[in-house]
Amino acid sequence: MRQPNSTPTAELMLRETASQTAGPYVHIGLALDVAGLPERDEEIWNRMAWPEAEGEHIEVVGTVIDGNGDPVRDALLEAWQADARGEYRPEFDLEQPFNGFGRTATTAEGASEWRLETIKPGAVTRGDGRVMAPHINLAIFARGVNIHLQTRLYFEDETEANAACPVLNAVESPARRQTLIARREEADGKVRYRLDIRLQGDNETVFFDF
Amino acid sequence: MQNANKRFVERDRDWHPPAYAPGYKTSVARSPSQALVSLQAPSASELTGPDFRQLRMGRHDNDLLMNFREDPALAGSAGLPVGERIIMFGRVVDQFGKPVPHTLVEMWQANAGGRYRHKKDGYLAPLDPNFGGVGRCLTDEQGWYRFRTIKPGPYPWGNGINTWRPAHIHVSVMGPSISTRLVTQMYFEGDPLIPICPIVQTLKDPEAVETMIGRLDMARSRPMDCLAYRFDLVVRGELQTYFENQ
Repeated sequence: MRQPNSTPTAELMLRETASQTAGPYVHIGLALDVAGLPERDEEIWNRMAWPEAEGEHIEVVGTVIDGNGDPVRDALLEAWQADARGEYRPEFDLEQPFNGFGRTATTAEGASEWRLETIKPGAVTRGDGRVMAPHINLAIFARGVNIHLQTRLYFEDETEANAACPVLNAVESPARRQTLIARREEADGKVRYRLDIRLQGDNETVFFDF
Repeated sequence: MQNANKRFVERDRDWHPPAYAPGYKTSVARSPSQALVSLQAPSASELTGPDFRQLRMGRHDNDLLMNFREDPALAGSAGLPVGERIIMFGRVVDQFGKPVPHTLVEMWQANAGGRYRHKKDGYLAPLDPNFGGVGRCLTDEQGWYRFRTIKPGPYPWGNGINTWRPAHIHVSVMGPSISTRLVTQMYFEGDPLIPICPIVQTLKDPEAVETMIGRLDMARSRPMDCLAYRFDLVVRGELQTYFENQ
């Protein structure tokens, strides 16, 4: 039976459903608290690690900046990362101390920062045996973003691992690689990494296709 | 080594809307001007993704007629949202037609008057005290998902002097990995606002627009109760490489 709203291609394969912007009200669907809606039994949000989780506990924060240099105040971000040993653990369960997936949003007021509470991921070995420096995969959804943008957050203090990372090195311009590297701060006894994501213009963040 | 032999069909970025689509004005300052960097050797970072089978869902999470009812004890039509009652359902499959079971499908929408229950929506149409506008569910073994809701209304927005969004429901699907992640919108078959919407027009290929249109399905409509719209979601196809070549 033909898919009613899908189109076969010459390669006898269906076409992917086309993307559309998540729009300004994305919070209603994916960030209920931000929208002002009551939360359900369990929500997917920005606390990815609880104290029992193995690894270095960190906070990751940043902004999203548009081509005019203004903060994007309605962005939703999704994070996907390995555990402290460098293994991806797909089972999402809020009963366990660590989940590799989280969501966050920039705030409508004030500094307009997004924030994740997590652990620092371990290095991940690629299929070809090469080791990628510790990183968090980020997807950005927002009004005006027609298909989500995919980037990675790396850690400033992983100097050697970063220098050897095959993905960072796939970015030809060394200056552009710097757009992926979060700066380490320490505040209130917490380790915090900061990464500002620039959608366009000076120091535009590197976005990936995969 | 994790997933050494797995990959996904390349995403056709000419099929999807481009980042820069000036007819949709907000995209102008929010679109990267540099080229995307292609990752030729996929790793577990892209080939894996969250599995939400353990996420605890409420009884009415996929029933928008019930999940924001002021008083759940009310009987009959008391306390139900205003609007055309509909079933929105479909199948999540990959590009090879293989069902995607147990994957998270989320949706959100305006009420029958075209107003979102969101702090930032100040449209004239009133909020409906019995309608929240959010749903979620997991697909079953065969990739099917289903929501019960009301048909959202069209609404004006500030892109042009007199621009209106066609009635639409936002839909989010995860699929087997973060490579298959997709957020889209379902439009309703026959809506005259579809071809004149600047957001729909971000797509270059009319065939791509067809993938976003929910079809009236009389067979699955419930007599004397509600109409049904079918909306299948197609995510990137998963490939296995059976032969070692290195």
